[in-house]
Amino acid sequence: MERFIQVLVDGIATGSIYAAMALALVLIFRSTGVVNFAQGEMAMFSTFVAWGLYEAGLPIGLAVLTTLALSFAAGMVIERVLIRHFEGGEVLTLVIVTLGLFILLNSLAGWIWGFGNRGFPSLFSEDAVDVGGVRLSVESLGIVAVLLGVVALLFLLFQRTKVGLAMRAAALNPHASALVGVRVGNMLMLGWGLAAALGALAGVLVAPRLFLDVNLMGAVLIYAFAAAALGGFDSAIGAVVGGWVIGVSENLAGTYVDFIGSDLKILVPLAIIFVVLLVRPSGLFGTREVARV
Amino acid sequence: MSPRVRTAVICALAAVAVAIPFLFGPYRVGQFTLVLVYAVAVLGLNLLVGYSGQISLGHGAFFALGAYTAALLIEKASVPHLLSVPAAGALCFAAGFLFGVPALRLHGLYLALVTLGLAIALPQLIKRFDGLTEGTQGMTVEQPAAPGWLGLEDDQFLYLLTLVVAALMFVLAWNMMRGQLGRAVKAVRDREMAAVTLGVDLAAVKTRMFAVSAGYAGVGGALYVFAIGFVAPEAFTLTVSFAFLAAIVVGGLATISGALFGALFIEFVPVYASDVNEALTGVIYGGVLIAFMWVLPGGAAGLPRRLRELAARRDRHRPEGPRGGELHEEDADRVAGAAGHAGAGAGGMRA
Amino acid sequence: MLAACGRDEDEGGADAGITEDSIKLGGSYPFSGPASAYRSIAVGARAHFDFVNANGGVDGRKIEFVTLDDAYEPPRAVQNARRLIQQEEVFALFNTLGTPNNIAIWDYVNEQEVPHVFVATGASSWGADVDAHPWTIGWQPDYVTESQVYADFLEEEKPNAKVAVLYQNDAFGEDLLNGFKEATQGTSIEIVAEESYEVTDPTVASQMSKLASSDADTFLNITTPKFSAQAIAADAKLGWDVLHILNNVGASKKLVLEPVGLENAQGIVSTSYFMDPEDPQWADDPAMTEYKDALERFEPRADPEDPFHVYGWAVANTMVEALEGMEEPTRDALMESIRNLDTEIPILLPGIEVKTSGTEDGYPIEAMQIMRFEGENWKLQDEVIQAPH
Repeated sequence: MERFIQVLVDGIATGSIYAAMALALVLIFRSTGVVNFAQGEMAMFSTFVAWGLYEAGLPIGLAVLTTLALSFAAGMVIERVLIRHFEGGEVLTLVIVTLGLFILLNSLAGWIWGFGNRGFPSLFSEDAVDVGGVRLSVESLGIVAVLLGVVALLFLLFQRTKVGLAMRAAALNPHASALVGVRVGNMLMLGWGLAAALGALAGVLVAPRLFLDVNLMGAVLIYAFAAAALGGFDSAIGAVVGGWVIGVSENLAGTYVDFIGSDLKILVPLAIIFVVLLVRPSGLFGTREVARV
Repeated sequence: MSPRVRTAVICALAAVAVAIPFLFGPYRVGQFTLVLVYAVAVLGLNLLVGYSGQISLGHGAFFALGAYTAALLIEKASVPHLLSVPAAGALCFAAGFLFGVPALRLHGLYLALVTLGLAIALPQLIKRFDGLTEGTQGMTVEQPAAPGWLGLEDDQFLYLLTLVVAALMFVLAWNMMRGQLGRAVKAVRDREMAAVTLGVDLAAVKTRMFAVSAGYAGVGGALYVFAIGFVAPEAFTLTVSFAFLAAIVVGGLATISGALFGALFIEFVPVYASDVNEALTGVIYGGVLIAFMWVLPGGAAGLPRRLRELAARRDRHRPEGPRGGELHEEDADRVAGAAGHAGAGAGGMRA
Repeated sequence: MLAACGRDEDEGGADAGITEDSIKLGGSYPFSGPASAYRSIAVGARAHFDFVNANGGVDGRKIEFVTLDDAYEPPRAVQNARRLIQQEEVFALFNTLGTPNNIAIWDYVNEQEVPHVFVATGASSWGADVDAHPWTIGWQPDYVTESQVYADFLEEEKPNAKVAVLYQNDAFGEDLLNGFKEATQGTSIEIVAEESYEVTDPTVASQMSKLASSDADTFLNITTPKFSAQAIAADAKLGWDVLHILNNVGASKKLVLEPVGLENAQGIVSTSYFMDPEDPQWADDPAMTEYKDALERFEPRADPEDPFHVYGWAVANTMVEALEGMEEPTRDALMESIRNLDTEIPILLPGIEVKTSGTEDGYPIEAMQIMRFEGENWKLQDEVIQAPH
């Protein structure tokens, strides 16, 4: 039983990483209407920047904060300089642009920092605490706590601030929003900036356990995509729930179900999603598509 | 393009295509053979994504399925090479149909995800059933040899054989899109609801396109085995599916000719990128991809239209919108409007 | 007309790629893609060739090393092989990386009668059937040798070991696992649990969790560096206190143990066959200083502590020895030299020989030494263990 709880909590912790990346994907999807293939590589790149700052002598906390700020700025710049050019056009064109960005960032990171494996310091201590007789790692609990904190902050931002309101309006109905004075372009930039910062956060949270190399986020992105789809691509809560479901199911299936085997365990979350989507084609929390004839 | 000009262009292309194996050495000819192989697969994906408006990130899986089918038939069942091509195509057609049935409930991103799952699952299954597929060691497959009476080298023969099959597939696609299926498909893509009210059987059209697209990938896979002579799970990773997707956009969605250009792109550009600088291969390739999309968002097949657009813009000095270049702030909301429409509650990717 | 020359039936004969003052070698490596960490091998090899050239080359011939990227994809390896042989007209294919890639090309390369030498993979295929592919040969101690060494070690240390195995689900992982199974047949060593992982998996946590819940008292860790680190970290976290055997590829202090934390690496057992650039006992060894100086001079951006650079250096060194042993400047002579090697490469551990013998012995290196991690470094144990086929 103790082991089950540990596996569960570990699954929720890994799932929180997927959730953070899924949130980033959802943020961009809601504002720009496209899935950003490069989200993972942007996060990886940011994590390397944090690593570089840490190696240069900054304490890890400061390195991470600086990186978050830099990533935010970079996300805004990428939107304004690169993505803006393609908005309003064929969606697939933009998708391919993000694919190109994926390839570019992966190679650039390797060129700058090398392709080898390295460690990344954890923001949390290495200890484990006793919770009701079960030993849980501080790191796992910390990751979950950070995610919940981020979700709370995002909730506050979107529901309780004018900027958040403007961002939601811009995503929902840009024409009308522009008419009432919302600077839609700026809202797009904000969306990308936030997503980039979220990705960076996910990266620095996961790097200590996954170890840092240029392929850090490759697999994570697929799980994040799955999490976002499971939750409904336009729902933030969905992204979080989706992430947890995937993290837990992947861990549980890998640990307990024998006939699937480790080589096919990636199919478990995908199968779950397939079934969910058959029943609810817009994901668990997504807005139902209603087509007007 | 007027029919006469088009015929002339096609004849010129055909002449060049046939001349290639006699103008270049075996390495180059091998590259062009692969271009033809990819073109067939890319054409299949374009039929699905460009014409039919469905998205698939799993095209590589059907390509792999076709390749392994052909490999197994040739190596383990001693089936003659030529027969393995339609066999692979047919099997993949059936698989595509089976997959298409449940997949039709899904749209856009959700369909994308499920097809992504296919692309991920297939290498795993290949490894799992290693008794049949030789798993991670891979399988060497005898390549077709030129029959003596033709007086051709093996690589020349292989190229011409691939050219014939590819040409057939292209003509087939062109015919399909001109006919009833093509009209139904385009109607579904542009105005699904209206198409239904006009009597288009949505389910049938969608599943059929999935099947056709998979069939094309299967044929491509079989031709791939001829060209490379080896199959292994490492040859069919996600990268392949993404490359095909890039190819259709680079070539031009919903165009037949675009498939050829897209195939040329994904075969040659990575090689040139690593020639320029090994250490920066990805930077160059990614950069070229982005730059290409910047200049030609409609793909290569959209070049004539793009040139006309640019000429018109110069004449009229009007901000053209996203395809014309830089946006001004007041255009941003018009732009974001289209984007927001795609994002707000629609949950779908327009493709 | 120029293009028609490309179709010339000029096979190049046995002298393609070698002139009075140059030798052209060709290599296909994963400079991009999931295996890009191995590009360091090419860098190390290049440094060695540059070093040799700076000292006069091989019998006055400068070595030109043409490297192409295959992103670890067999179709690109096939195209690279064709390009290197037909367009670049290299004298020999050197150190192509990856089991599937080499299997994809070896029929073609042998048909073309081009040396396909010192391939960078530990599969045993390259030495197993010299008659079928006489132009192909491996270099590193293959996975059969390596697993034999582990089996021998276990038989001494823990004859009734119950082993849990984590392995990468590809040719590398399967080869090592199967080699170990064969080597332990007939012994009291038992494999009680096996878990595989994919190179595309984000983490091996659940596999480790499963293995730790078995009744194994020994853990055989067949992983590549990133996953080696994850496995060791998981091991420590789970508090799974068993004998930990780590395969050679995953045993780098720099890439694996330092990231995990040296305190978690105590007591881990592995094997080695070349000098560890971080081991203080070799710091003043002339082979090590030569390597580090050359790397600094010719590849200043390279990290000398990356073990793959050392690998590349060592295999290039072997190539140079083989070239120097040629009686004539022909491909046949190169193969003759390679099939009758008997030399010692300075940066390999003392006692490790590089020896081949025609069709009888197609495995250049068949020995390794056990090492155990103690304190801050790997400590070599006992003697070099010979594990011939």
